[in-house]
Amino acid sequence: MSGEHDDALISRQVRLLESLLEEKGLVGGETVDEVVDGFLANASPVNGARAVARAWTDPAYKERLLADGAAAVGELGFAAGGVQKQRLRVAENTQTVHNVVVCTLCSCYPLRLLGPSPGWYKSEAYRSRVVRDPRGVLAEFGVTLPDEVRVTVWDSSAETRYMVLPRRPEGTDGLSEAELARLVTRNGLIGTAVL
Amino acid sequence: MPERPASGQPAYGPGDLVVTYRHDPPHHTRLPRYARGKLGVVVEPEGRAPLADANARGRGDAPVEMIYAVRFAARELWGEGDHDVVLDLSESYLRKADDDGVR
Repeated sequence: MSGEHDDALISRQVRLLESLLEEKGLVGGETVDEVVDGFLANASPVNGARAVARAWTDPAYKERLLADGAAAVGELGFAAGGVQKQRLRVAENTQTVHNVVVCTLCSCYPLRLLGPSPGWYKSEAYRSRVVRDPRGVLAEFGVTLPDEVRVTVWDSSAETRYMVLPRRPEGTDGLSEAELARLVTRNGLIGTAVL
Repeated sequence: MPERPASGQPAYGPGDLVVTYRHDPPHHTRLPRYARGKLGVVVEPEGRAPLADANARGRGDAPVEMIYAVRFAARELWGEGDHDVVLDLSESYLRKADDDGVR
């Protein structure tokens, strides 16, 4: 049953639910719009990039980010979840470990930190293949990892959301935190790019 | 989602070997098919949440269960590959593996 997802059906169900909530006076249409607008307006990969740049420049912050992602991005004013509070795990790329994020059951994604998810992230091809052959999928993104790098795929199938902490690019010692943040791409935060 | 009372210690800790259930339930579940009946290693308990399998059926009394991050080797999941896959799994999806790791 876990594979059944029909966008048209879900859209109809959401519209029906919304009108029922309004009919019963539980929530106004404006409230729903405000919540959705506020949510999307603040959702951008610039947020995730800021957390990464801070972690690259502040070892104590990096430690907090890896220990409790939601609390650490909260320090920067970002919420890890949407309406509900959500756990955030930040997976650190190193010389020997590369992390990549997927949701095989649907399309769970830390939207606030990464912005709206790209189409390919929601595609069945990415979702079914990256857990089976991550190196093959990464190669299609132009990423070739040395053999000694172990790949971990994080399948966000439950309550936790994931973000990758990419490796800081070589030769960036002189850059400011703001300049570093501009080097961080959305795909770098998903793990389908190295910076 | 309203907080429900939760109690008790996690049944599994980091490093414990666990096996996922093998059957195909007739309702929503968060254990993907590819990870059923597989041996994994607990990374850590992650916190409690209402069991999605019950919640998705509109049951207001879904049990609150510990969710664990569990790491699986690609070879265990697919018979090949050198990577790992980590999944977040509810306690009732898991049972302790025998000491020798045999299912």
